[in-house]
Parts: sequence; structure tokens; C-alpha cells
Amino acid sequence: MSKPRLVLIGNGMAGVRTVEELLKIKPDHYDITIFGAEPHPNYNRILLSPVLAGEMTVQEIVLNELDWYKEKGITLHTGKQIAKIDRVNRKVVADDGTEEAYDRLLIATGSTPFMLPIPGNDLPGVIGYRDIKDTDEMIEAAKLHKHAVVIGGGLLGLEAANGLKLRGMDVTVVHIGPWLLERQLDEVAGKMLQKSLEDKGLKFLLQKQTEALIQGESGRVAAIRFKDGMQIPADLVVMAAGIRPNYALAEKSGIYCNRGIVVNDTMQTYDPKVYAVGECVSHRGIAYGLVAPLFEQAKVAANHLANYGIGRYTGSVTSTKLKVTGIDLFSAGDYMGGEGTEEIILNDPYGGVYKKLVIKDNKLVGGVMYGDTADGPWYFQLLKDGRDIHDIRDHLIFGQNLVGDVGHAGNSKAASMADNAEVCGCNGVTKGSIVQAIKAKGLFTLDEVKKHTKAASSCGSCAGLVEQILASTIGGAYTPAASDKKPVCGCTEHSHKMVRDAILNQHLTSKEAVFAALEWKTPNGCDKCRPAVNYYLISTWPHEAKDDPQSRFINERSHANIQKDGTYSVVPRMWGGLTTPNELRAIADAAEKYNVPTVKVTGGQRIDLLGVKKEDLPKMWADLNAAGMVSGHAYGKSIRTVKTCVGAEHCRFGTQLAMSMGVKLEKMLFDMYAPHKVKLAVSGCPRNCAEAGIKDVGIIGVDSGYEIYIAGNGGIKTEVAQFLCKVTSDEEVMEYSGAFLQLYREEGWYLERTCHYLERVGMDYVKGKILEDEEGRKVLYARLLDALKDAKDPWQTSREGDAIKQFEPISI
Amino acid sequence: MSDWKLVCKLEDIPQLGSRVVKRATGGDIAVFRNAEDEVFALHDKCPHKNGPLSQGIVHGRRVTCPLHGWNIGLEDGHAVAPDVGSCSKFEVKVEGGEVFLSV
Repeated sequence: MSKPRLVLIGNGMAGVRTVEELLKIKPDHYDITIFGAEPHPNYNRILLSPVLAGEMTVQEIVLNELDWYKEKGITLHTGKQIAKIDRVNRKVVADDGTEEAYDRLLIATGSTPFMLPIPGNDLPGVIGYRDIKDTDEMIEAAKLHKHAVVIGGGLLGLEAANGLKLRGMDVTVVHIGPWLLERQLDEVAGKMLQKSLEDKGLKFLLQKQTEALIQGESGRVAAIRFKDGMQIPADLVVMAAGIRPNYALAEKSGIYCNRGIVVNDTMQTYDPKVYAVGECVSHRGIAYGLVAPLFEQAKVAANHLANYGIGRYTGSVTSTKLKVTGIDLFSAGDYMGGEGTEEIILNDPYGGVYKKLVIKDNKLVGGVMYGDTADGPWYFQLLKDGRDIHDIRDHLIFGQNLVGDVGHAGNSKAASMADNAEVCGCNGVTKGSIVQAIKAKGLFTLDEVKKHTKAASSCGSCAGLVEQILASTIGGAYTPAASDKKPVCGCTEHSHKMVRDAILNQHLTSKEAVFAALEWKTPNGCDKCRPAVNYYLISTWPHEAKDDPQSRFINERSHANIQKDGTYSVVPRMWGGLTTPNELRAIADAAEKYNVPTVKVTGGQRIDLLGVKKEDLPKMWADLNAAGMVSGHAYGKSIRTVKTCVGAEHCRFGTQLAMSMGVKLEKMLFDMYAPHKVKLAVSGCPRNCAEAGIKDVGIIGVDSGYEIYIAGNGGIKTEVAQFLCKVTSDEEVMEYSGAFLQLYREEGWYLERTCHYLERVGMDYVKGKILEDEEGRKVLYARLLDALKDAKDPWQTSREGDAIKQFEPISI
Repeated sequence: MSDWKLVCKLEDIPQLGSRVVKRATGGDIAVFRNAEDEVFALHDKCPHKNGPLSQGIVHGRRVTCPLHGWNIGLEDGHAVAPDVGSCSKFEVKVEGGEVFLSV
């Protein structure tokens, strides 16, 4: 039986992306034919500006080589424009007479530059800026001529102007608006941008209306005249005054169009056999011109072409970035504000930083940033999530990391960073190598950049910066999904929230049940989703869902921390950081007996034995168990340590018994798994020697009782813990801390630290659950105690039965 | 004829898990079992930074190295793109519920 035929009109980014998405989910469904009007294979149109600026070659921006089409069995017609769509006989006819029948048609004809209707707009030397041909023409013109005029001070116009300037031309940008990029920037930011571009040598004529283009003696354009009578020389005129969707072909064939091909949320036109994506489309009255929305459309269209019928495109909030080297600019949403909105503005003209946030009903609805844009993705995420920001309003303008991420030298100016500046301190990735990979490999998303360069793939603290480098390289590519809709991993479309909800509401108790109920795309998940699902199961249904060791990362499977050489580290628990001569003797004996090369004191007041062979672990544990010690869980997404100061037991300043309080908390939480690691501290007075201010739960003794702080972090992201409440008794400390940790255990997403959880849900929410709802607090606390009621030492249990096998190598 | 050596019973390797086979010379071999009871054997060294693949999470026909998260194909020992590299693989078979390795 022959396969149904899919014909794509338009060999550009949106159309070919749809085909790629389709091949990914249903590789052999269609016989595919693609028509392209240009003589090239699919290339990255976004990177024409770097080509013009001389930073890249045409060959480097090709996305799909001719071999790709061949490999996928796709018939490609380049240089052929479709003249007619015969919907009755379901075929398309090209201008050279080529005919091709279809069962499904995909239209992705893109857009063309708008040519101002003025005298002389068809003279030689007057061009739009759209494709490789236009770019070549500009490069040629720059070799022979001097004066260039770019009409239009939008994104494309400024990039063209920048490129022509770099090619040695004398460039003037003519703009009808009162400031540059008036669709992306407010006036202050627009003027700052103009100043930086003027410093680069560009000239600007604002609020000028062009009257005519004047022909020179050679026949080529020679000058431009404005309505006010002013005239300047122009050997090259680039029209960048907007784009017009190409829908004439569709309209001519009777498909309903209204300033674009009208499609529904499945990217289907009024003819059910015909789909359309890209710049030629009008979706809910909006035509998009940025790559990110087009790729979202492509994904949806592919899904429906594959007959899966799930997924809707519901429109995009877009952000923009100017791709001019050295200029950091970001805007998103409703940045102008208006009725009912409030603005927070930070303006430092001398430092070259300007930020404006627009807020409506306590929610962020838009923003503009100039000079310092590293927080752009964070603001954009807040906007998309619609999170109530009133509790962080006082420091919102200063960005996500008031205190600061570590490991990338405090860089916040993505575009103006030097190429050799280190972006990712974990993997030693420089800005230059990220930009190189984005361009050479055609990367469009943060995930792709992570995979290819490893930047932001370890601790992730530089993700915002990488995102901005991506955006400044390819323009407005960034459209985050709302946090609670982001898929867990490539195995599913479901988010962490949806998986958690399904496990709870459908009473799922095994990973197989979860994968079946939520239609996982892979048979048994991957290294990302399996540990998450396993944690959700055991935290939602303790005592009922069975823990699956093979779904745990090796450290939690072998109850020790894997090191770079494949050996392990062993950390015995010392409750509250307390130990005894006997325990120390047993540790010393074990260290000698198993030839431990390194013994180290940890930051959490424990002793770490590093360099233990896996087969020695059970024997060492047996020795330590015999001396009364148990696992320190220094390896798990679990309770780690409760750090204490000496407290009122010894200290002349101590107000509370910090050591005793710490031991009680640590015993209560023994063997508690959580979305991520959990660290506590108890200090006996406000001098806070146990550093409770940077712990997930920090307790500070005061004369009248204890202060409880939550969601601090001393790692990747230095985050000061926030004050939750003050209590008077040890029992209350246990109840309030326990209830908060249980809330986090039940609602946190896997690998989300308490600080991230709190940032997501907000302090008001937590206070509502823990302080204002006494009944709820007691229930949470009871659930925590119930979950941990029969906790056993994993160093003991993993030496019993089949569990021991993993430690026993086989010899042949 | 190749030299098949008995390793263990199939049930001695957990599903979606592995066992380490020690050799006198040539380094350890990781023997994997997936959810469909297919068995694979690879040199227990990730092509990236020599991480012990035997300690990784097994999914489908892949294992994820525990050190830096590279994914390695169990059938051919090749790193999954965009990472590049490969580790040697060994012939392995299951007969009568027992696992044999050809070395």
C-alpha cells in the first residue's frame, strides 16, 4: 500500500522544522515533497545578520544539507515557486509546470519585506532584507559604494545597519518613530540604544518620512529625499520597514485569509487537508515573526499531521533581543504599561543600565532591560507563570540573585562579555565556544546548548546567562513554558506537577503504573525521570509504594558517594555533629583496615572516609554498625546533617541547648528522602555559629525560645533563609520544622531545593499552611512521622539478602 | 569457536541493572540486563572520563554514566549524540537462564 503524500510549500525554517518534528514522532508515515523558491537548502535565516557582518559564511548557516533530504527520502525541488494550489484535484503546480499531488498540504511560505510605496522603490540598489540573495547584494554594494541608508529602525534594520557599517559603509538609519525599536523598547531604553549605536559610528534620522528615492546618472539610486525637503546621498537603500506575510497563493486558491493564512489551534486552515505554519500564518489574529513561536507551531502541526491529535498552539508571549555584538537588550510582554499598571524603574545612565518592570494586579506583565539582561529569562518566567510578586516586590528590580550565584565571576552582561570569558564555571565553557556551537550546530534552545556544550548542565547557575547568550546570538528565541507545564524530560509531555498529581489522585504505586497511566514515550523512562518518579511514589505512598533501587542514582543505590575514580566515600552519622572517643576509634580502625587514603572533616560536622572500594563497603559498614554508628546519608537527596554549635550546654553566651535540639531533630528526620538534599542547623544564640542562615531549616535559639528560618542555601546560589516564626518549646521546633519539610516533600519537584520551592510558591503560601492552619500543620507533621516511623539503617539493610549482590564482583 | 565463560544466572543481575565482572587483565566488564531481559556487556569505562558504567541507570537499551551523565548505547558501546566516543563491547548470551561472556 502506498503511503499518503505530504507536500510542503516553503523550504524555510518553520516548514522544515515541522517535517523534522513529524519524522521524529512518525518517521515513515508520509511520502514527503518539499518546494522551495530559493535555490538553497533550508538555512538559518536568523543568522543572515552575522553573515552580513562578516562573522559567518553562508555555508555555515545551512541547517539541513542536501544529504539530509536524501537520507530522509524527501523529494526536494529548489528554485521552484508554486504557482497554483488545485484543491479540487489535491495537487500543486509550480511555475515551471512541475505537478505534485498531495493528501496533506503544509503551507509555510513565510513573508516578504514591505517596500515603501514611494517613487524610486524599484531602482537598482534598492532592496529588502530577507534572504541570501539580498545579503549577497548588500555585501557586493559595500565593496563598490559608500553611502548606505537603512529605512526602518526596528530589529532587522538595526542589524542590517550594523552589518553594513562593519563592511565599511557610511550608514544612516532613517526611522519614522520617535525612538528606535519603539515596538520593543520604551523611550529611555531606545535613547540609550541609539547612543551606543552612535558610538559605533551609525547615524540616525528620526521622525523622518521618506518622500522619494532619486536616480543617479548610472541608473542606480543616488539619494533619498524626505518630506521636509532634506536630501542625503544613498548608493544602497535597504527597506526594513516591516514584513508582509506571503499568503497570496493560499488566498488565490480560496483558502480563507485575513492578513495571513487563518489557522485554528491545531495549525489547520479552513481546508482540513491543508495546514500552515510560520510567518505566513494568522493565528488568533496574530502573525509571529520570531523563531520560537514558529517552532511551537511546528511541533503542534507535526503532531496533527502524524494523526496523534494532541497538542494545541495557543499563542506565544514573545521576548526580543537585538543581535548586535556588544549590546545587551531585552524586552518582553507589555513593556509600555498603561492604565492600571505600575512601574518599577532602575535607571543608571552612567553605568549604562536601565531596567523597567511593568506590574499589574501584583503580577509582572512586561519589562525592558538595557545593559544588564542576565535576569531576562527569570523575569520572563515570572511573567509566564503569572506568579504573585508582592512578597518579592521590594527587591524584584535587582534580579533573581540579589546575593549572587557563584562560579561565573558575576557576569551579567551577556552580549558585551568577551569571547574568552568563562560562562560555565563547572565545565569551563567560554562565551566564545557557546556562540560557536549555537551558530555551527544550529541550536535554538537552552536544552540543545546544554547538550552540545555542557554549559549550564551541571549546577545550572549560569542558565540565565547562557539563555541570554543564546538570545543575543539568534534573537528572540526564548519562550519558556509555564513552570508547571514543563515536561519532566524527553520521555513525556507531562510536567512534574502533573506527574505528582496523577500519582496522588489516581493512587499509582509503581513506576509501571505511572508510565502506563501517563503514556510515557519510552518503555522504562530515563536517568532523568525514573529517579523523580521513584521519589514521588515513595513520598506520596510511604509503606505502600515499593522503592525501586534501579531507579535511583548510584549513590542512593549503594549508600555511599561515588568519586571520580569510581571509589566511594563513607560518612558515618554523628547526630548533631557529636561523637565519642569510641566512635572515633572505630572510624580510625576502619580507615586503617580498608586502606582509606583520605580522611576529611566535612562542612556538615562529619568525618568523611574517601577512596573506599565498592566491594569493601559492606564490610566497613558492618564494622561501623558494630560500634553503634549508622549511615550519614551524605550521598542522598535526603536529610544530610543537622549542624549545631555547642549551645547553652557549654557556651557562656548560649541561650538554648543547641546540641540537644539538633540531635532531636536529626533523630526525627533519620532516613528522610526529599526532592533534594536537606540540611539543618541549630545555633544556641543569635551569634549563629552553626550558620543557620543558609540552611533549609535553620533554628536560632534566643532567650525566649527559638526562631525558625526556612529555605536558605549555601551552595550554588547563596540564599539567606527567611524568617518563618518564633516558638517557645523544643516540641514546637520539631512540629513546625517537620511540617514545613513534609510540605516540601509532598509538593516539591524532584531536584528542587527548598529555596527554589519557596521561590515558586511564595512565603505567604507556606505561612498559610504552617502558621495559619494549625490543623493542617499537625496533619503534615503526623504524615512526616508516619512516613519515617519504621526507618531502618540502609547500611544494615543493604547487607541483607539479594541487596548485597551489587557489592560482589564476579570473577571469571 | 569463541570461548564462552559462565558469568552468573540471569536472575543474579537485577532488571535494569548490572554486575561487574573482574578480569585478571584488561579491566572490568559491565554486564547489563534490561527490562526485556536482554543482556549486554561493555568495558566498564565511559569513553568520557572512565566512569564505571556498571554503576549507571539502565533504560531502554542505554546506560547513563554516573559521573557526568553521558548516555552510552548498550548494543554498540557508542555514546549517544551529541556526545562522541565509544567503549568496547563484548559478546554475551543467555542459555538456560545462565549468562555467558565471550572474552
